[in-house]
Formats: sequence, C-alpha cells, structure tokens
Amino acid sequence: MTNHLINLADMDRDAIQELLHLTDRFVEVSGRPIPKVPALRGRTVAMIFFEDSTRTRMSFDLAAKRLSADVIDFPTHTSSLSKGESLQDTVETIRALGVDALVIRHGSDGLPGQIAEGVGEAISVINAGDGLNAHPTQGLLDAYTLCQHFHGSAGTEASLEGIHVGIVGDIKHSRVARSDFIAYRSLGAKVTLVAPHNLQPTDTENWPVEITDDLDSVLPSLDVVGLLRIQTERMGESVISSVDDYVDRYGITEARANTMRDDVVIVHPGPVNRGIEIAGEVLDKRVNVLVNQQVTNGVAVRMAVLFRLLGSGVEID
Amino acid sequence: MADRERRMTPPYGGVFIARTTVLDAAQVHRALTRISHEIIERNQGLEDVVLVALQTGGVEIARLLSRLLFEIDGVDVPTGTLDVALYRDDIGLRPVMPEAETDIQIDLGGKIVVLVDDVLFTGRTIRAALDALTDFGRPRAVQLAVVIDRGHRELPIRPDFVGKNLPTRRDEVVDVNPEGVLLGEMRK
Repeated sequence: MTNHLINLADMDRDAIQELLHLTDRFVEVSGRPIPKVPALRGRTVAMIFFEDSTRTRMSFDLAAKRLSADVIDFPTHTSSLSKGESLQDTVETIRALGVDALVIRHGSDGLPGQIAEGVGEAISVINAGDGLNAHPTQGLLDAYTLCQHFHGSAGTEASLEGIHVGIVGDIKHSRVARSDFIAYRSLGAKVTLVAPHNLQPTDTENWPVEITDDLDSVLPSLDVVGLLRIQTERMGESVISSVDDYVDRYGITEARANTMRDDVVIVHPGPVNRGIEIAGEVLDKRVNVLVNQQVTNGVAVRMAVLFRLLGSGVEID
Repeated sequence: MADRERRMTPPYGGVFIARTTVLDAAQVHRALTRISHEIIERNQGLEDVVLVALQTGGVEIARLLSRLLFEIDGVDVPTGTLDVALYRDDIGLRPVMPEAETDIQIDLGGKIVVLVDDVLFTGRTIRAALDALTDFGRPRAVQLAVVIDRGHRELPIRPDFVGKNLPTRRDEVVDVNPEGVLLGEMRK
C-alpha cells in the first residue's frame, strides 16, 4: 500500500508481526562482533527534527549507519526554514538532493502523513513522532521488547496474548501511548489506560479500552507497567496542579511498588524523571525494568523499518 | 530448492514440476559421505573445521554432513547458519525471509570454514557469504561444499567439494532434499 511508515493504525496485525519478526534479524546483527551490514549501501537517509530529540534521533542515526546508509541531518534552527522557506519547498529540496528516506519529527499532528502524500513514491517518509498523534517506531520497539521478554524473540507470530498492560501517565498528550496502545492491542494484549481525569484522552470513541484514574486498583493485576514521561514542557501550570499530587496518586513509589507483582515488567520511553513517574530506588532495584533494553531494541526495530522500506523491495501494507 | 526460490518465482508461490530424478536418496547419502571423507582428507582431520550452512538450502545438508563427520571421525564439528540477504548485490530482487536466521556462536578467527549449500549456480550467494564471514572473524581458510554444481557462474568462484556436476539450462530449477535431487522447472 505504501512505502512510508506514518502510523501503526494504518497497518494490520500481519504487517506489524512481520516487522517485529524482521527485527529479530537485526537484533542478531546488533550482537555481532561487527554489527554492521552493507544492505543499504548507497542509500541516503535525511533526518529532520523540528522537536528536540536525543534518543530517537541517535537511534535512527545508528540504525541507518549499521545498514551502511548515509545520513544527513537537516538542521531546523539554522536552515533556510528559519529564513522563511516553506516546509514543502524544503522537502522538495531534500528530494532534489536525491535522498531515499526522510525521518521526520514535528509538533503538528499529521504533518509527516501530509508530506508522505506530497512526495508519493519518490521518498520513504518515516514518522519519528508527530504532535500528540503517533510515534510508530516507539510502539514497535515497546511491543518488540515485551515479546522478547515473554517469548525470547518476536518469532513468526509475535503475540502478547494473555498479557495485561497498564499504560500510566499523561495519556492525553502522549503519542507514545497511542502508538503503544495500537501495537499492544494488535498483538492481543489487554490494555488498561491509567490517568487522572484531565489527562485522559478525549477521543475515547476511538479507544475501545478500559480507562481508569485509580492506579492502585489495577496495579496488582498488571503484567506490564508502561510508564509515560510527564512532559512538563508540553503543559501549562493548570494540567497538573502539583507534582507532589501526581506522585502521590500515580508515581511508582517504593510503597506502591510493593503492591506490584514481583515479576512485573516496567517499561518507559525515557528519559525517566526519577522521583516522579517512578522512584529512583524502584528503577534501580526491580529485576524487570526494561528501559535500557528498549533503547537497545530501538536500533534494531528502526533497522527493520529502514530495511523494509528501502532495501527489501517489499512494501509495508 | 530453497524456500526462497519457491517464493521468488513470480508470482510468488509457483509450483515446482520435476522432470527427472538426478540423484535418489541413496545416491545423495553416498555423495555426502564422500564429501565428508574429502573434508577430513583435505584438512587432515577436523581440527578447527566449522560448518557454516547457507540459509535456507544448506541447512539440512550441513546437518547431514555434521552427522556423517561424527560417524566417520567421532568429532562433533561446530555448525552455524548464515543468511546473506543483507550482503547481496541484488537486494530488492529477492524476498527477505525473517525466519532465515544467522546463527554463528563462535569466533571464526583462525578456523577452517566449510560453507555448505545445496546448489552452486551463479556464485553470487557465495560472494555475499564471503563478505558476511569477514564480519565474524578472519578464518584461516574458507572452503565450499555443495551437493550440485549446475554451472552458469557469473563470478570467479569454484567449489572444493561437489556431490555432482549437473549441466543445466538457465531456466531450469534444481531441487535438492535428503530424499533426492530433482531437475525440473517452475510453473504458475
């Protein structure tokens, strides 16, 4: 259907499973003495990030380089964009440079999708996060990390059947929550969203899912606790009245951690605000904190996406 | 034939029509037994010998060779698998199969690697395999064992151990499995 990756909602279960299975291959490559393959030699990936990003950008950068693609960074602050060039003209310029893929992050919902429509088949557009809408590679890497934890790898039919995941935090303003939700659900997990009323999504008709504002009532039954970063930069003062109140009701404090199952899995897209989403002691002491594994797997997932779009001659459908 | 060939025949899912039986099961077994002896003879034993099977057609052959080598010499030769899809010069033309995994647990530095495949054709798979091997260490030597050499080489590559040389037409298809070797073609 498309040579872009814009939103996991556009993909069916088979397509997600296939990408996760392909990720197994790149996890293996990443573990080699020389973790680099020539698969995308001669291809060029342009990165254009309108929002700050450290790990997603580094992860895409490393993924492209491990596939032997060349990477160019389009600086958004010092470029002609700041001289008034329109985004569409910028994209045309990038296309004229002969770029094969455009990895884009932008604050506006749907913008990567619009660019994808604009460029058509000429360039593969990969959404690295758009507004509150989607962050598809994060959803894939989180789903992969859980499959790997529970089954050792994704395998031919990645599944999270029988797994109960709680996504906790500012769901309303989280593209990670949206993409995680789609990925988990498509693999058969039961998902419960946990957020204060004012941070629950308002478009719930599209979210056939349990929503609660009471973390303590669901916490003991969860197999996986998916924490979201409290995005202080996105919120006005009014959204969370005080950090203390939030920690009191939704932070994984040491006391609250004692109510969780011993083998509960903790994931977090990072960077973690220690002492807010989760107490530093809990983060350091619990056995199944997969935060670093998520980062490691992020590279392999993005290698799979880049390879699928640029290298394999098979389109994501 | 390898599963990959089955899938890449347009449209994917072509049917292999066998025309002649080139080798039967007993002949395949004899050929592999001879190759096993040749591997031992060439390398004066099996010290430092490692079998690396090419995905997907070489995997079953390497398993049989490993068993035969054990029966003959009592040595359990380390065996790995290698998928060269990420090293090929025709990426995009062949479907990549996520299940064709690379599994090489040992450092190949200083080893004698015997690459194992079912059919040697253009030589491009072997070229890619030689590239891929360098990412796992620096073998002392690399040798090539194939059940069938069907000709039509496009690169200066030759096998060290051959079950049978089989003259073919380019559009024919060779199917190797432990029950025998068949020559035929793919039909829609």
